[in-house]
Amino acid sequence: MNDLAQLKVPGPIYEPLNAHFWQGAADGVLKIQNCVDCGAYVFYPRPICPHCWADALTWVRASGAATLKSFSVIHKPGHPGWAPVAPYVVGLVELAEGPTMLSHILTNARTPTVGATLAFAPTDIGGRVLPCFTLSEEINQ
Amino acid sequence: MRHLSPRAAISGIGELTPQRRTEDVATMDMLMRVSAEAIADAGLAPSEVDGLLVGPQVGETPQHVPAAVAEYFGMQPTMANMVDLGGASGPGMIWRAAAAIAAGQCETVLCVLGNHRNPVAPRSPNRNPAREFDTPFGASGANTSYALLMQAHMARYGCKPEDYAALAAGSRANAQFNPAAIFHGAPASVDDVLASPMIASPLHLFEIVMPVAGGEAVIVTTAERAAKGPHRSVHLLGAGEKVTHRAVSQAPDLTSGPLKPSIARALGQAGMDVAQVDFLSFYDCYTIMLAATIEDAGLCAPGKFGQWLRDNGGMGSDARQPINTHGGQLGFGQPDLAGGMTHVVEAVRQIRGDTPGRQIAGCNTALVTGNGATMSEAVALVLGGAS
Ligand SMILES: [Zn+2]
Repeated sequence: MNDLAQLKVPGPIYEPLNAHFWQGAADGVLKIQNCVDCGAYVFYPRPICPHCWADALTWVRASGAATLKSFSVIHKPGHPGWAPVAPYVVGLVELAEGPTMLSHILTNARTPTVGATLAFAPTDIGGRVLPCFTLSEEINQ
Repeated sequence: MRHLSPRAAISGIGELTPQRRTEDVATMDMLMRVSAEAIADAGLAPSEVDGLLVGPQVGETPQHVPAAVAEYFGMQPTMANMVDLGGASGPGMIWRAAAAIAAGQCETVLCVLGNHRNPVAPRSPNRNPAREFDTPFGASGANTSYALLMQAHMARYGCKPEDYAALAAGSRANAQFNPAAIFHGAPASVDDVLASPMIASPLHLFEIVMPVAGGEAVIVTTAERAAKGPHRSVHLLGAGEKVTHRAVSQAPDLTSGPLKPSIARALGQAGMDVAQVDFLSFYDCYTIMLAATIEDAGLCAPGKFGQWLRDNGGMGSDARQPINTHGGQLGFGQPDLAGGMTHVVEAVRQIRGDTPGRQIAGCNTALVTGNGATMSEAVALVLGGAS
């Protein structure tokens, strides 16, 4: 995966609200928000809870367990900086806590399927460690 | 058929022929040319237009867009606004125009969209959640979003690549009857579609719209005034709109979109069942969008669009319920935000009986849809010809 680290591609836009998310990944931890009032887990980061609008969001460590809701093998990337590693896979990742995020999927040359089990896999993309996922070694349902 | 008494009608249309490239033209120039065509088509003078609806202009006019366009056109409208619903902007303008007329703020509204394709496309700085949380992972652009929607649809319902490809082939076939279409003279079979390069699985190149320069304009006025115009009036019988999300990861449902309630509301206002509609003018940025819309319109059960299309006898003007006779955007080309308005313009032409070579016999009603972002901004319209 050294290829990914060498890419010249647009990275995250860092700001105080999302710092926990990106810094957490760099530290090897998946962090999302949780509402103390209504209990909902929230992705992407918000200033207040988008479910109940309480000013009660805290940062928690997510389990990293997830399933693949959908995926695409990208042959012609939308940004030319990704061309050196095409084809590659991106997917919609449904976290065990509930929210869905989009991420880069490491397949280890296996073919992904909708519903596959994923594991959190922090990965260097373009010199920054991002919260990616990998197809789990377990037998997928 | 029970129609609500229509207050507003479409009395004029204008359309610029799609072009792959332009040189040194400004968006304003294109907007003014296509607007002049629509105003003349309605049999009006520009001074009779007192309402203006425009779309966003990325890079050219970041703010005060309606005032900038009005000034350029030499107009001083009593209602001016920008509709920013992506591909749903055009249809979204039509009911807003009718609502402004019903509110007594204006009588005749110009709805206009257009874009150039000069070599360097200006881009404004982009700071939204899709840029912040999708792009760093290698997902940028609409192709990825609709590929994810299509993969989910295939996985859930077991539809085959040929089913989706048949929609692209049908659109190309319809384009052979529209000399203005970018793919006029370039038909494509289902095999051709499936043999075209894979862009983002499961989407092939021919299942994705071709970006073009172009422009579309529509005049909406009172039913009374439209009746005095040179063409058969096309009444707005019903409308529905819904916006659910922006980034594809936040979609509440990957296989059905906000067009479902929008279409239901529009048909309800018109007092019609979808099976009664003469012409289906459905937004088609990708094959999956057209497939999902056929299902969300209630024409068939979810996952059954392929069989429905075969039973319908394809998409042409002789089909049971013809779809996108101008070629759709898949066959006509997508003039950026004006692409959604092509579906309104073709519906008006069909209801007027003004589509030589592709006219639907006895076309009196149309269901028009617009769609923006990631199957997340939806507008549906029911249009009906004056009797
Ligand atoms: Zn809450």
